[in-house]
Amino acid sequence: MSNNLESYKDIWVIAEVDEITKKLRSITLELLSAAKKLSQDLRCKVGIVIIGQDNKKYFEEFAKYGADIIYNIEDSSFTHYDSQNYAQILIALTKKYKPEAILYPSTYMGRDLAPRVASKLSCGLTADCTAVSVKEGKLVQSRPAFGGNIMADIICPDTRPQMASVRPNILPKIALENPSKPQIIEEHFKAVPSKVRVIKTQKDKASEVLKPEEADIVIAVGRGVKDQKTFAFIKELAAELGAALGATRPIVENGLLGKNHQIGQSGVSVKPKVYISFGISGALQHTIGMHNSDLIIAVNSDGKAPIFNISQYGFVADVKKVVPQILQQINKLK
Amino acid sequence: MDIIVCLKQVPNTAKVKMNQDGTLLRAGVPSILNPCDHFALAKALEIKKKTGAKVKVLSMGPSQAAEVLRLALALGADEAYLLCDKAFAGSDTWATAYALSRAVKKIAPFNLILCGQMAIDGDTAQTGPEIAGQLNIPQITFCTDIELKQKDTLLATKLIEGGHQILEVSLPVLITLTTPHNFALPYPNFKAIFEAQQKPLFTWTPNDIEADVSKLGISGSPTRVVKIYPPAPKQKGQVLTLSAEETAAKIVKILQEHKVVK
Repeated sequence: MSNNLESYKDIWVIAEVDEITKKLRSITLELLSAAKKLSQDLRCKVGIVIIGQDNKKYFEEFAKYGADIIYNIEDSSFTHYDSQNYAQILIALTKKYKPEAILYPSTYMGRDLAPRVASKLSCGLTADCTAVSVKEGKLVQSRPAFGGNIMADIICPDTRPQMASVRPNILPKIALENPSKPQIIEEHFKAVPSKVRVIKTQKDKASEVLKPEEADIVIAVGRGVKDQKTFAFIKELAAELGAALGATRPIVENGLLGKNHQIGQSGVSVKPKVYISFGISGALQHTIGMHNSDLIIAVNSDGKAPIFNISQYGFVADVKKVVPQILQQINKLK
Repeated sequence: MDIIVCLKQVPNTAKVKMNQDGTLLRAGVPSILNPCDHFALAKALEIKKKTGAKVKVLSMGPSQAAEVLRLALALGADEAYLLCDKAFAGSDTWATAYALSRAVKKIAPFNLILCGQMAIDGDTAQTGPEIAGQLNIPQITFCTDIELKQKDTLLATKLIEGGHQILEVSLPVLITLTTPHNFALPYPNFKAIFEAQQKPLFTWTPNDIEADVSKLGISGSPTRVVKIYPPAPKQKGQVLTLSAEETAAKIVKILQEHKVVK
C-alpha cells in the first residue's frame, strides 16, 4: 500500500483486553494518549480499533483518553485472539479507512498481529518503540537496538500506514478533562474457523518461570542476603511484584538459585524496567550484566558499596529488616 | 515430513563494547548462531529423531553466515541454503521476510517452519510472523516448546502476558521459539563437524529464488533508519540512610511511581 500517500489520514490505536481478567490493558490508554498528542501535530483524528466481545464497556475509557472514532468489531466468535482472523479484519479496515499510522501494543498479542498485517499490506513496521513523535509530517519511531546499546530513529518514507508497536509502561496515560463523544463505527466480521485451537490458558506464578533477561522487573540477590528466611521473603516479594529473580555468582554457587538466574559475566545480561538489588555490593562482573537497566534500586548495608554509583536510588540499610517491611506495606495497600 | 529452520548469524551483543563517544565498537565481537534460532534448530532435530523428518536450514547474510549453516549441518540438518548477494544487504524485516519466503517456496515442500523468536542484534520478533503472512500460513509466536502430536498436528506452548497457552494447530504452520531457561543448546563433536563438510550447502542469489530485486535491500525496505545515537546517560542518584521502615516506605513509593505496585 504505497500510492497516493495523501489519501491516508488519522492515527489508529489497536486496543487490547487481557484474556484472563477481561480488563483493558493499560498500554491501550498509553497508546491513546500518545496518539492524541501525535494527532495534534498531524492535524488528524484518533481512531481506536477493538475486536472482541462486550466491547461497549470500554468505550467511556476510550473517550476519556482521546479517541475520536471507535471502530467496534464485536462478535461472540472472538473469544480468543487469533492471528489470522484479527489480521484479516485489520487489513480490511485499513484498506477501507486508510489510516496514516497505526500504533500496536508491544505485547505478545501486538507483536504477533502487527507483523502479520505489515507483511500483507507491504508497509513498514517498527518493533517495540520507546518513543513516537512527528517530524515533517512523518511518524518518527524510536527504539533501542543492539541489545539496548544504541537508540535508532526509524521512519517509513514511502508506505502507508506507518506502523509501530510501542512498549508498555513507558509513555504516560493522560486523561482528558473534557472528552468529546466519539463517533462509533460498527463493522461486522465473523471469525472463520482457525487452524489454531486454544487447548488451555494458564496463569503462571511469575517468579518461578520468569527469566531475568526477559522480565520487566528483576529482584537480584547478593551475598548480603545470608539467611534462608530473608531469602524466602525475597521470593515472596518477587511473586508479589511479578518479578524475576536474579543473583550474583556466589549465590548461584551456593545453590540458592539456579544458574539461569545468574546475572553478569558468565551469566545473563538484563535490562529490565526496574532492577532491585538486595545485598549486592556491585562488583564489575555483576554490574556488567545489569547496568543498562532503566531504573536501579539498591539496598546494601555498606554505604561505600560500588552498586550505589550506578543506582538511581540507593539505600544503606539492613536487607533482613527492609524486605519484610516492604512486603507488609504492599499488603496494606491492597 | 519436511521442516525448514530459519537461522541468523549475529554478533554476540553480550560481548559488545562501547567507544568513548558512545558508538559501538564492533571490531573483535564474535559472531554466533542467534540463540533462539539455535533452540529452534534443536527442536527440529528432536522431531527428526522421532519421525525421520528432513531438516533444511535457511539463512540470509554475508558469506561468513555459512558458518552457522555448517554448524546446523554438523548438528544433524540435512541441507542448507544461504541467500547471499549484495542485493539482499540492508533489508529490513519486511524485505528479509520477502526474500526468505521466496526461498521457502523454492525449497518446498514443507510442513513446518521454525524460526527463533527474535535476533539478539535486532530484537524485533517481526521476521517470523512476516514470513508466515507472506506465505499465507498460520503462525504461533513466542513459543517455549512444541510437540508433534500426530502426523499433521502440533502442540505448542506459547507465552502470553502473565501466563501461557497450550495451542493445537494443523500443519503447515510457522512457529517462532524462545529458549526456555533450563535448555542446554547442543553443539557438535569434531567428527560431526568433519562429516558435515560433505553435506549440501547451496548459495542463492535473488535470481535463484525469483525475487523482485526492487523489493530487496535498503531500497526495497519500507522502513528507514534516519538516526542512531547512544541512549541517554544514567545520572547517579541519591544514597539514603534511613530506618528499615522508612527505607521500605520509600521503595514502595518508587515502585508505585513506576507502576510496579498499584
